[in-house]
Amino acid sequence: MAFREYKIGSRMFAFALGSSMMITLYFPSKDIASVQATKTALNRQLSFGRIGGFSVEDPFLKGKGKPVTVFLNKDPKTGQPIEPVTAYVYPAGVPFPSGLRHPRILGEGVKDLSLGQGRIADAKEGSGAVFVVSEAGFNGKTLSYIENATATRGWQPGEAVAAAGDANSRYIGSGKIMFVREGCWWCHTLLPEETQDWQYFGAPPMLGDFNGESPTAFGSDRKAPDLLHVASRNSSREWMTMHFYNPRLVQTHSIMPRYDYLWGEKDAAGNKIDYDKWRAEYNEYVAGKRVYAPEVPQPAAESEARMLIDFVLALK
Amino acid sequence: MLKYLFAKEEDIPPGTAAIFFGFSSIVWFVLGTGLGSFNAAKLAFPDFVTGIELISFGHMRQVHVLAVILGWISMAFAMTMMYITPALGNTKLWSEKLGVWNCFLWNIGLAFGLFLLWNGVSSGREYSDMPWFIDLVVIFGVLFPLGINVWMTIKNRRTQGIYTTNWFFGAATFMVIVVFLVGNMPEFFNLTGLTEAYLTWWFAHNVLGLWITPVAAAISYYVVPKVTGNPLYSHRIGHLHFWSVVVFYSTPAAHHLMSAPLPEWLKSFASVEGVLILVPAIAFVSNLLLTMHGKWRMFVENVEIKYTITGVLLAIPLNMQGGFQQTRAINWYVHGTGWIVAHAHLALLGFSTFLEAAAVYYGLQVLLRRKVYSLSLSNFHFWMLLIGFSTYWISMTIAGLIQGAGKIYEVPYIDVVIAEHPYMIARWVGGTMVFIGNIVWMYNMWMTARAGTPIPAGRLPHELAYER
Ligand code: HEC
Ligand code: HEM
Repeated sequence: MAFREYKIGSRMFAFALGSSMMITLYFPSKDIASVQATKTALNRQLSFGRIGGFSVEDPFLKGKGKPVTVFLNKDPKTGQPIEPVTAYVYPAGVPFPSGLRHPRILGEGVKDLSLGQGRIADAKEGSGAVFVVSEAGFNGKTLSYIENATATRGWQPGEAVAAAGDANSRYIGSGKIMFVREGCWWCHTLLPEETQDWQYFGAPPMLGDFNGESPTAFGSDRKAPDLLHVASRNSSREWMTMHFYNPRLVQTHSIMPRYDYLWGEKDAAGNKIDYDKWRAEYNEYVAGKRVYAPEVPQPAAESEARMLIDFVLALK
Repeated sequence: MLKYLFAKEEDIPPGTAAIFFGFSSIVWFVLGTGLGSFNAAKLAFPDFVTGIELISFGHMRQVHVLAVILGWISMAFAMTMMYITPALGNTKLWSEKLGVWNCFLWNIGLAFGLFLLWNGVSSGREYSDMPWFIDLVVIFGVLFPLGINVWMTIKNRRTQGIYTTNWFFGAATFMVIVVFLVGNMPEFFNLTGLTEAYLTWWFAHNVLGLWITPVAAAISYYVVPKVTGNPLYSHRIGHLHFWSVVVFYSTPAAHHLMSAPLPEWLKSFASVEGVLILVPAIAFVSNLLLTMHGKWRMFVENVEIKYTITGVLLAIPLNMQGGFQQTRAINWYVHGTGWIVAHAHLALLGFSTFLEAAAVYYGLQVLLRRKVYSLSLSNFHFWMLLIGFSTYWISMTIAGLIQGAGKIYEVPYIDVVIAEHPYMIARWVGGTMVFIGNIVWMYNMWMTARAGTPIPAGRLPHELAYER
């Protein structure tokens, strides 16, 4: 390094790369960090839980350590009827999403309401908690914030799950894990484009719709319809069940892979699923030797297929 | 290989690490393109093999992408760094032993990472799909040792100046470490929301812009003058190329998210900077083509030059597409379509792969001191790659334009899927040709090591006539 030129050169290099980092990392992150979380962002992160991909609590992406979303129409504590509400149940030990761990990222107002009225600082992962999204005024504007219903209303995780029952419980967070693990995002996007997707795929998301969610799994490569609002187009659980088992049952020209393996060993009634038989019958049906396609088994309550369908039907 | 891991530094013949890296890269190339071809078959014939978790498209796509990027391309880079850096400094590699360990850990780490990824253990972030502990292995077990070897070799050089290729090598190994450290922060610190989305693409963009593109270019700055015997046309233009890469290529990351709700200033800025990428691109292409002056015969007659110059020529459409497709005026039409997949393969399978293949051909001949076994097989490999790639590129570009039209006319999506079907088949055929070509290449290089004509001391491979 005897040359003076190289000293100047390496300083210039540091300056150039440093400025580039300043413009492409520091300024944008300041800008993005000042964004206020929308109601969508609160609902999304509360239903997904901490991380949607690899995490310490769920190293093999089986959907472990995720919250349960429940629809309640009676108070889990008193049993009195209430206005229907969506609650996010975090049983003891399930990690909280980023908005609860670092309320700062919720942005002005949302943070203040969540900490003040919502008492989210009182929630502890070790004992679990139930959250709901509520609204209140802040500086003359109505904002959504996270309410720790365990502190404000005395709702306990176990009671909330029991009050809802399986029919009103959704494994949306575990379903997102399936979505990431199975690579749905290599074909589907979760991001209607700002320019031309309004009519077909629905409104593009807003700046504050993702605070607290990771990964966002927007997808870059679209070989199939955008899914951000798919459940608003089609909310039939029946259709989804058939479509995931074998997309070509409902859409002959689809290139989507079959996801029958997410059904696992047994169906909803506890009977063993005979895949070989099903496929043989399906092949006969395709060859025109059968009039009807074979019946698609109902996914068991704790199967991965159920989690995935819960997730997809929550994309409104 | 194993016997050199614990050998004394003096007992390891110079060039060992480069040879290991060379053959590893070829093996990953065959595996990676084989996976690519299998994926393409799945998109063309969805019921081809089905209902098994491990071979479903969503489990395999990312394995293909990372096998070719981290296995083939980056290992070929490591190979070239291990023989070109010392050659240009008129010295030995700083540590041959570190190089051998580097190669060993790289193969093990990558195989393990891809195995996990294949099983679905993914972070859900495109291009940085590997979970964070694998990222740490990549940074500290793979990239850092490589960097140290390159930097120390440059420092210990016995020439006064540093040639263009070595600036690029030194800077790119440094920048890629920074990119990996910063780009994986969302996983290290669980960053969320748009910060996560933006950093994902900041990583993807900069791996391409500060690692793959400059190192590939740097390789050809060595191969063309060395083989043709012409001096580099202009060192000034080389300077322009280097500095404009650092300044312009490191900034447009947000152009990958033009239709996402990012701050508008960021998107506009990225899009302007993206057009400025044409500066390094034009500098690079013109510099090399002018270096060829008077030696164009070798474009036909010599294997290495044929590959390198084809790669350089492919950089022209690549950068024309790249510069313009990311402007708002065009991006909304092609974003997220097969057009982008075609572009990605133009960059990695067209431009970059051809440059690295040349360097691996050349390097293995120099290091093994044997002439390439068969010219016919090399030519076969070349044409399989070129025709296969062109088929891939053209068919996916057309498919992308169809998808773009589908977007604006708002046809039911399934009609787009049906219209794309023939092009999906064409892409599979093209990609499979590349795969077959690569198997032939692997055989050819293996035979070179075993039965290639020895090169007499003091001679260079391109000075000998081809025999088969
Ligand atoms: C190989 C690409 C591919 C993969 C991978 C894929 N899909 Fe699809 N998907 C399609 C195509 C093509 C369609 C449109 C045709 C159809 O309805 O089947 C589609 C349709 C859908 C639809 C209906 C959309 C609508 O607008 O009605 C849903 C929901 C869906 N996929 C969910 C998923 C989920 C969840 C996964 C992951 C488990 C997945 N897809 C994986 C290609 C894919
Ligand atoms: C060295 C050679 C290659 C490199 C570096 C390479 C690289 C890549 C990259 C970066 C992507 C991601 C593209 C994107 O996200 O837009 C990709 C996808 C893909 N590649 Fe390759 N590739 C190579 C060869 C091949 C070959 C030979 C085939 C065989 C057909 C192939 C088939 C595919 C397929 C099917 C996809 C998925 C595309 C999609 O999702 O639509 N690739 N490859």
